[in-house]
Amino acid sequence: MTSRRNFLIAAGGLAGGMGLTSASGRAHATPEEMQEAVRKVIGTSRVRSGRVKLDLPPLIDNGNSVSLSVAVESPMTPADHVKAIHVFTEKNPLPNVVSVYLGPRAGRANIATRVRIADTQTVTAIAEMSDGTFWSGSMSVVVTLSACLEDGLI
Amino acid sequence: MASASAVVNVPANPKRGEIIEIKALVRHAMETGFRRTQLGAVIPRDIIRQFVCLYNGVEVFRAELHPAIAANPLLTFTTVASESGTIEFRWTGDKGFSVIESARITVV
Repeated sequence: MTSRRNFLIAAGGLAGGMGLTSASGRAHATPEEMQEAVRKVIGTSRVRSGRVKLDLPPLIDNGNSVSLSVAVESPMTPADHVKAIHVFTEKNPLPNVVSVYLGPRAGRANIATRVRIADTQTVTAIAEMSDGTFWSGSMSVVVTLSACLEDGLI
Repeated sequence: MASASAVVNVPANPKRGEIIEIKALVRHAMETGFRRTQLGAVIPRDIIRQFVCLYNGVEVFRAELHPAIAANPLLTFTTVASESGTIEFRWTGDKGFSVIESARITVV
């Protein structure tokens, strides 16, 4: 038979355990993990900064849905075009956001989507060109209402 | 899944060689796999993983999506209006999610 005292101890333990698991479950990626994800895409190549314009609102009220656009300077001809654009974040639970693959038939290397931003951080876009070079553009964003306050935003 | 869950915007009558902007939206919660119920159980991941756009059967744009893409994923991209025909959009994801939508295009 469960006494009131035993029940309360058990319930307290359960609540504490739940607190711990949800805290560990909300671990964010780190800039190092982002570098690792970038490394998986670029291999041993070097990323130069420039040619990529990443655009996000600098101040984000709600990280649930944030407009993100990437424009890459490229003539988009069969000989010289953007093959892929990859977007990474430092502090979302996972560093990868989106990877898009295009070619000369795109006409322009302009893409846009809506993303989730967990926290104040730097977002990076890397473009892979047809000649094998990689170019990047970054942007720092401030999230005024941190996604971490609202459990399970990301 | 009914095709009513997807909305695409393709200019119907572009000039030949014109660069057109295409928007593709699909209804999907994009459950990240990082959220928990009030009892602490992880809500399993359920996202769209891939989007492909085919212009008369030839792939012109492809995207790999991750949980950081907001719910009801919207993708905006461009293509050259080279010929009349059909532009097809395919979304595939977790739990066998698959939606196909298409739009007619007539170059003038």
